[in-house]
Amino acid sequence: MTPKLEISAVTKDYAPLRGGLAVRALDNVAFSVSEGEFVSLLGPSGCGKSTLLMLIAGFERTSRGHISVDGREVTAPGADRGLVFQDYALFPWKSLIENVMYGPLKRGLPRRTCEEIARRYIDLVGISGFENHYPHQLSGGMRQRCALARSVANDPAVLLMDEPLAAIDALTRNTLQEEILRVCDARDGRPRKTVIYVTHSIDEAVFLSDRIVLMSPRPGRVFDIIDVDLPSPRTDATRQHPEFHALTKRIWESLKIYAKPE
Amino acid sequence: MERGTGLSAEKKRPIGRGGAARTLATPSSKPPPQSDPVSTSRMSARQSRSLRLIMLPLLIVALWQLAAEFQLYNTVLLPPPERVATAAWSLLLSGELIRHLVDSLRRIAVANLVAFVTAVPLGILMGRYRPFEDFMDGFLNIIRPIPPLAWIPLAILWFGLGEKSVVFITLISAFFALLINTIAGVRSVDKSLPRAALTLGASQRDVIRDIIVPATLPHIFTGLRIALGVSWMSIVAAELIAASSGLGYMISYYREVLRSDLILVGMLSIGLIGFAMDRGLVWLEGRLLPWRTRLEM
Ligand SMILES: Nc1ncnc2c1ncn2[C@@H]1O[C@H](COP(=O)(O)OP(=O)(O)O)[C@@H](O)[C@H]1O
Ligand SMILES: [Mg+2]
Repeated sequence: MTPKLEISAVTKDYAPLRGGLAVRALDNVAFSVSEGEFVSLLGPSGCGKSTLLMLIAGFERTSRGHISVDGREVTAPGADRGLVFQDYALFPWKSLIENVMYGPLKRGLPRRTCEEIARRYIDLVGISGFENHYPHQLSGGMRQRCALARSVANDPAVLLMDEPLAAIDALTRNTLQEEILRVCDARDGRPRKTVIYVTHSIDEAVFLSDRIVLMSPRPGRVFDIIDVDLPSPRTDATRQHPEFHALTKRIWESLKIYAKPE
Repeated sequence: MERGTGLSAEKKRPIGRGGAARTLATPSSKPPPQSDPVSTSRMSARQSRSLRLIMLPLLIVALWQLAAEFQLYNTVLLPPPERVATAAWSLLLSGELIRHLVDSLRRIAVANLVAFVTAVPLGILMGRYRPFEDFMDGFLNIIRPIPPLAWIPLAILWFGLGEKSVVFITLISAFFALLINTIAGVRSVDKSLPRAALTLGASQRDVIRDIIVPATLPHIFTGLRIALGVSWMSIVAAELIAASSGLGYMISYYREVLRSDLILVGMLSIGLIGFAMDRGLVWLEGRLLPWRTRLEM
């Protein structure tokens, strides 16, 4: 069976800015992700996590190597790869429901159907009652819920998330981590979502993931891939699990050499 | 202050983070009704605001009238407000003021319409596609510093005296105001927004229509406000030379017959109409772009 997402020997050089040297953001990165897997990219900032996500999304081209989704090589952005941004990227002139309807409408579904889909997902992420609000009227947590609904409602083959909770306050963040897992679960006859999740929080990566890809900076390389064998569903109890602590400790030990002295 | 320059639509309704968060308490589709003390204090705030707005003009008129009464200056050069008011009234009654005003307004409308339908699409393409901007930039930047007045001789040569010349000259400055603001608007669109649309299945053309245009509308509004402002500057100059009607023509006609009261009527009419049009646009923007209140962080 072909993997859902395959990253083979990907190198990315950014063109030099004003006569400087080219930046090698990724160096020979390779791993694959199977259907329904939740994989986190974890590493200090500047190690190329966002770059890799942009390559998968198709906004940047690889300098060397290939990326394929469902066996098809990525050449341009498309609806099969949903993207959730740290800054939400909701359309400020659209109400929440219009935001969520955007993807289904672009797929050519009738308006009524799109509205039903949007309501279902708005309900799923727990912001029903706010359908007709505009993004600027909501808190960061609610905006990110809406952005999540917008991406998942469009049923992408792979869901890409770039530090979606980095700007969310710590209390809300824990709840939202559970929500993300719940929303990505199998439902309505659809299999569990395949997710690539970028974070620089060790706890978050361990809590959410089936596997964690550890990256080191300058140039960005994969230096370890860690399986997370924590029971599902992940709940508050997961955070107390001995394995949870063992993993966070182990990952910290291997990443701390990259922590910047400050 | 910000009202005077007329360029800051930013701070109309300051809904801060705190304010936005507070509305979250009740998940109703409408914001909660304001309690009485809040709304009354807001009303009086607005009233005292408009009071402050007209205070200085009234004061100036009063001082001016007094100075004239006591013969503190030569009233042939600057007639007292009373005489200006009488002149305005007679011009209104005879229909002359309205006729000139309508002529000027029509030219401004046509010029801005043409400027709008050319500058906005061009600005969107230039803002979106760097190579196209490089291609256009040299040409446009040579044309832009040429003041509208310098076009008058050529305009008369091309279009003759009258309507077309005036519209052409008015159009030039409006065009650049709109173009520059549109380009700046497209540039300032949050890069994530087109990307979000593309990952939701939008085509490049969808991105322009669904994302770039609505995201740029606030800047286009600003451009339109500036365009209307500069329109008055160039139209008066153009009408002085190239037309036989319009407020600019009216002013220059009464200069020849030395009627400073009627000149002042023309000048003040332009001021008042310009002010009203700008307020109208601000109001329209609030109506059309309600999401605008908290766009930029
Ligand atoms: N568009 C770009 N042009 C040039 N260099 C870039 C660009 N984007 C990222 N980089 C560089 O690539 C490296 C990786 O960046 P990024 O992928 O954003 O890291 P992360 O998301 O892990 O913090 C950094 O050194 C950054 O400066
Ligand atoms: Mg990043």
